[in-house]
Amino acid sequence: MIRDITIGQYVPGDSMLHKSDPRTKIILTFVMMIFIFMINTYWGYLMLTLFTALTVVTSNIPVKFVLKGLKPVIFIVIFAGVINMFTIGGRTIFEWGFLRMTYEGVDTAIKMAIRLFLLIIIASLLTYTTTPIALTDGIEKLLGPLKRLRVPVHEIAMMMTIALRFIPTLLEETDKIIKAQSSRGADFDSGNLIERAKSFIPVLIPLFISAFRRADELATAMEARCYRGSEGRTRMKQLSLTRYDFVATAITVVFMAWVLVMQYMVW
Amino acid sequence: MPINIEGLSFTYSNGGPFEKKALNDINLNIEDGEFIGIIGHTGSGKSTLIQHFNGILKPTGGRISVNGIDTRQRDLKVLRRQVGIVFQYPEHQLFEDTVKKDISFGLLKLGLSEEETAQRVLAALQSVGLDQSILEKSPFELSGGQKRRVAIAGVVAMMPKILVLDEPTAGLDPSGRDEIFGYIKKLHKDFNMTIILVSHSMEDIARLAERVIVMNQGTIFMDKPSAQVYNQPQELEKIGLSAPQITYLMKRLKAIIPHIDENIFTVEAALKELQKHLKA
Repeated sequence: MIRDITIGQYVPGDSMLHKSDPRTKIILTFVMMIFIFMINTYWGYLMLTLFTALTVVTSNIPVKFVLKGLKPVIFIVIFAGVINMFTIGGRTIFEWGFLRMTYEGVDTAIKMAIRLFLLIIIASLLTYTTTPIALTDGIEKLLGPLKRLRVPVHEIAMMMTIALRFIPTLLEETDKIIKAQSSRGADFDSGNLIERAKSFIPVLIPLFISAFRRADELATAMEARCYRGSEGRTRMKQLSLTRYDFVATAITVVFMAWVLVMQYMVW
Repeated sequence: MPINIEGLSFTYSNGGPFEKKALNDINLNIEDGEFIGIIGHTGSGKSTLIQHFNGILKPTGGRISVNGIDTRQRDLKVLRRQVGIVFQYPEHQLFEDTVKKDISFGLLKLGLSEEETAQRVLAALQSVGLDQSILEKSPFELSGGQKRRVAIAGVVAMMPKILVLDEPTAGLDPSGRDEIFGYIKKLHKDFNMTIILVSHSMEDIARLAERVIVMNQGTIFMDKPSAQVYNQPQELEKIGLSAPQITYLMKRLKAIIPHIDENIFTVEAALKELQKHLKA
């Protein structure tokens, strides 16, 4: 059950996307996210969808797996979509009591759904193709200049690494505890909201205990290996830009420029 | 209460990129009151198999029914009452502030009266050899072995007809291990519980189980009365397991003392056999 969560998971592979530098991927992902909100024509969305589809294909990650990651947001999209359809003013499609659906509302709802889906796919492609370690390395490097402002960049990156590292461990642990408790009579699926929330106490307490135990053990293990923060620390894997990064950046920039120009000049 | 398994297969993350076949075409019947040992390497599918017994995992192929209840059905409350599973390191599931509350956790869900609950808690506590005096203590201030026994008591208190234990003695010292096995044996005898014991220690299985199921790479490699399994150490060695060490010793002794019985699987039996021989 819990194993089925796919967002934030890394899928091993050796596609062009896997091989590019995490810094390139992080920056391009951010730029793409901003770009999504600059597009407002259906033609632009079509191009963007094609581009995203192409990226997914290049990444070699099963399309089924990518689409599965969209499941959790479907509810939000539908919910927001319905609200949009009925609350945005404009030309009426039909009226029923106090509800009034407008062309403008439907237009916004569809565009927003496309935006959200593309946003999620692009953001999850980043984590699908980048190991958590590479991701935090990239973030640490990108935030490097902030060190001059006395921001503890290394410590923040280390915390992120550890947090990411323990997500699967804790999920597994949660899964185990849920199984153990339901084997001795716990019931997580029935009752009202409060009862259901309460039924998770037997899961949360053991989970916290084990999390603290693990934190303690990890701290000891790190000290035993002489970890003492960022000062003088070298890396086993140095980040370096390769031709993949230049190619990926060039393609993305050209594509975005072209779509923007077409959108504003032609349509 | 028999368990019937027909053509059971199970695949983790079915259809995803991390798909992993854990069980493949398992056929198995378990009768009431049997004492079964399941043995196999890490990753052989032992733990996956036992999680099917109370419907925590549902088969991706084939079917399993426990006393006529197909585990694919939705409401599994009745089934969970009849099959108790003690997972590895069960003390990690303790959460209440007193031992008493923790053991009665499952009982309260059954809707039993307070007296009945108290009675069952006491009985469960006794069946794992713990003293009443710890009832009001916090489970977190107990020793490792005591915690383990409290956790087992929490499952035993439900009075399941089938008790499944996954490596119940992992990480315990030899005396703690002997004690736990003693209590499991007693549960089997006193309440005629069906016991299914998962372990990778041949010695432990040899001492307790009447029937042994050897698992290898998601399939059943052997399913025989225990004596027959240990009689064929060559077969076990094929998949990287071995007979109990004492069996090898007896086989070597046989070379020196020809009329000794070599089909011996526990240290106790070996001791008896050697004493008999020495007296003669």
